[in-house]
Amino acid sequence: MEFWHFSEQSMHPAWDSIQGPTKVLVDNRFCDPEVAHKLYNRYLDEWVIADKLGYNIFVNEHHASANCMSASCLLTLAIMARQTKNARLLCLGVPITNRTDPYRVAEELAMIDVISGGRLEIGLVKASPFELAMSNQSPARIMDRYWEAHDFVVKALTHKGLPFSWEGEFYQYRNVNVWPRPMQQPMPPMWITASGASTGRKVAQLGYTMATFFNGAGTKPLYDAYKDEYFKTHGKPASIDRFAYLAIVVCGRNDAEVQERLKKVKPYLEVQPRTPKAWSNPPGYESVELNAGALKSGKTGRINFGLPLNPTQQDMADGGILFSGTPDQLYDQISRFSDRCGGIGHMLCLSQAGYLSHEETVDTMTLFAEQVAPRLREYARQKNMELIQAAE
Amino acid sequence: MFMSPLPETRVIDGTTVELLIKGEGQPLLFLHAGHGFDLDDPLVEALSKSYRVIAPSHPGFGASELPRHITGTDDLVYFYLDLIEELDLRDLIVVGVSFGGWLAAELATRGTGRIAKLVLIDAVGVKFSGRETRDITDIFATTLEEIPTLFFHDDAKAMQILGGLDFKNMSLASVTRFARNRESLLLFGWSPTLYNPKLLSRLHRVHVPVLVLWGADDKVVSTEYGKKYAAAFEHGSFAQIPEAGHYGYLEQPEAFAGKITEFLAADALVAA
Repeated sequence: MEFWHFSEQSMHPAWDSIQGPTKVLVDNRFCDPEVAHKLYNRYLDEWVIADKLGYNIFVNEHHASANCMSASCLLTLAIMARQTKNARLLCLGVPITNRTDPYRVAEELAMIDVISGGRLEIGLVKASPFELAMSNQSPARIMDRYWEAHDFVVKALTHKGLPFSWEGEFYQYRNVNVWPRPMQQPMPPMWITASGASTGRKVAQLGYTMATFFNGAGTKPLYDAYKDEYFKTHGKPASIDRFAYLAIVVCGRNDAEVQERLKKVKPYLEVQPRTPKAWSNPPGYESVELNAGALKSGKTGRINFGLPLNPTQQDMADGGILFSGTPDQLYDQISRFSDRCGGIGHMLCLSQAGYLSHEETVDTMTLFAEQVAPRLREYARQKNMELIQAAE
Repeated sequence: MFMSPLPETRVIDGTTVELLIKGEGQPLLFLHAGHGFDLDDPLVEALSKSYRVIAPSHPGFGASELPRHITGTDDLVYFYLDLIEELDLRDLIVVGVSFGGWLAAELATRGTGRIAKLVLIDAVGVKFSGRETRDITDIFATTLEEIPTLFFHDDAKAMQILGGLDFKNMSLASVTRFARNRESLLLFGWSPTLYNPKLLSRLHRVHVPVLVLWGADDKVVSTEYGKKYAAAFEHGSFAQIPEAGHYGYLEQPEAFAGKITEFLAADALVAA
C-alpha cells in the first residue's frame, strides 16, 4: 500500500463567520490574504514533511471555496516538484472539462514531470458540478468534452517528432508541439476518479489507477466492476495498486488525544458539503435518465456522506469516511475496510481537515507513517497475492 | 408544458420530431419556450381557432430527437428553415415564446421570403446592456423551487400549470420530458446566457411587421428589454399584458391570443 498526504488547503479560520454556502457564492472578504499567506505556507510545509516521512503527495483544486484555496493543483505541484525529493506527485486532478486549453495543461504537466525528475502522476477529472459556475464551461456534453480533452492530453504528451494538428469537436490546434516532453516515457502514470460502475469499467479498459473518494459501501461494487472489466480487457487480474481510496485519517497516542483531534476535524464534514442548491447538479452534468430518476424518487444525492445522524467513531470508520484512533485501531479500521472493498492499494489520507493545527497534523502524520503504514504495506502485499491467486 | 407527448411525428432532414398540427387557415409556426411544450398548451389551443398551428417540439425537447450535430441555436434555425421548406409553408406567421422567441427572431434574420409576420413573446436572444449588466436572469443558477416565482406572476396559478412540480407522482415519461427539456435548454443557452451577441446587429434584416408581446411582470427579461427589442426592428411594436410573468402566456392565454389575433388581422404594415 502506498500512502498519499492530502490537504484541501482550507480557509478554516473563516468557517465560523460564514452562514450558508461555503463555496461558489461565498463572499471573498472571508478570505483574508494575510491569513491565506500563512495557511498556504503551512500546508506546503506539511507536504514537505510528508515527503520526508515517506508519504507521496496528492493535491486537488477547487474554486471560490472556503474549504479549498487551491485554485490550481498544478501550481501547488510545481512548488512540490522543486521542494521535495522522493515523493510521487499526484494531481487529482486537473479538471479538464473546465480548462479551455488542454494544450497548456499538457505543457504544464510535462514541465512538472521534468523538474521533479519524473515523479509526476496525472489525474484528469470531470470536476465537481459547482465548478462549472466559475469555469463557465457547459455542463451539457461534459463527458464528450472530457474524453476529447483526455485523448488530446495523452497524444500531446506521448507524441514524438514534428508538430501535429488537432481538429476535434471541442478543441482545435494547428501546431501541437509540447516542449519539454515528459521525463517518464511513454508518459507518467494516469489516474481517474470514479464512483459508479460504468466509469469504473472505462477506467479499467484504460488500465489506469482508479481512485474513489469517501465512497463507503459504493466502493466494493465499483472495484468489482473494475476487476471484471480489467480481466476481460487485459487478460490478467488487476493488481491492488490499481485501487485508491480517499478518507480522513486522524491518529493519536491514546483515546484522549484522538478525541481531542476528532473534535477539531469533524466540522469538515459539515462545512465541505455546503454547496448552493442550484449548483449541486446543473442540467447536463448527469444523464437525463439519472436526473429523471432522481426527480421521481425525490433523492438528490448522498446526504451527510452517507452516514447516520450523529455518527459514532465506529460509524465513520465503517462508512469509509473518517478513520481515527491509536495506531493499532487505525490498522484494524483500514485493513478491515480494505477487505470489505476487495483491496485498497493506495490510501489517500486527508491528514489535515477542519481546525487541526500544524503541530497536530504533523504529529498524526508521523504516528501514522511510523506505526501504521509499515503494517498496512505488509497487509496489502499479502492481500495482493490473495487477489491474484483468487483471480487465477 | 412538459406532461404529454405530441400526436404526430415528421422526419426533417433525418431528424424525427414530434409535433401538433391543429386548426385551419393561414399557417402559424409556434416555437415553444425552454421548459417545453405539450398537448395542453392553452395559447396554441386559442390560436388554433383562427389559424393552422404547426407546433413542433424543438430537436432535443419532448420526444424530438437530438442528433449529435445539433449543438447550437443556429443548428435549430437551419432545422426550422428545412421544416418550413419541407412542409412548404408560405405567408407564414411565426410565434415564439421565450427561448422560442429567440429562435423566431434568428429565423426571420435568415430571410423573410416565406414569413408574413412575427410575434415574439417574452423573447430572449439579444444583448443590449454593457458587459457588467445582465439583461436576462441567469435561470441556470436557480433551483426548481424558484420556477413558480421567477417564471410566473401568480405562484398558485403557476403550481397548477406545473402539476405542483410533484415529480414523485408524475409518470416517468413526463419527468423525463422535463429533465430532457432542461438539459437541452442548457445546451443551447448556457453561454452567452440565452443570447447571441450578433443578433441585435442582424435584426434590421427583418422586413415584416413584428409584435413584441410581454408579460408586465416578467422577472426573467423586463418589459424595458421588450421595448428595446421592439424598437430594434424596422416595423416593430410593443404591447404588454397585465398580471402575467415570463410565462404569462400560460397564465393569461386568452389575453395573449387576443393581442396576437388583433395584430395579425391588421393590414400588413399599418400594424407596425
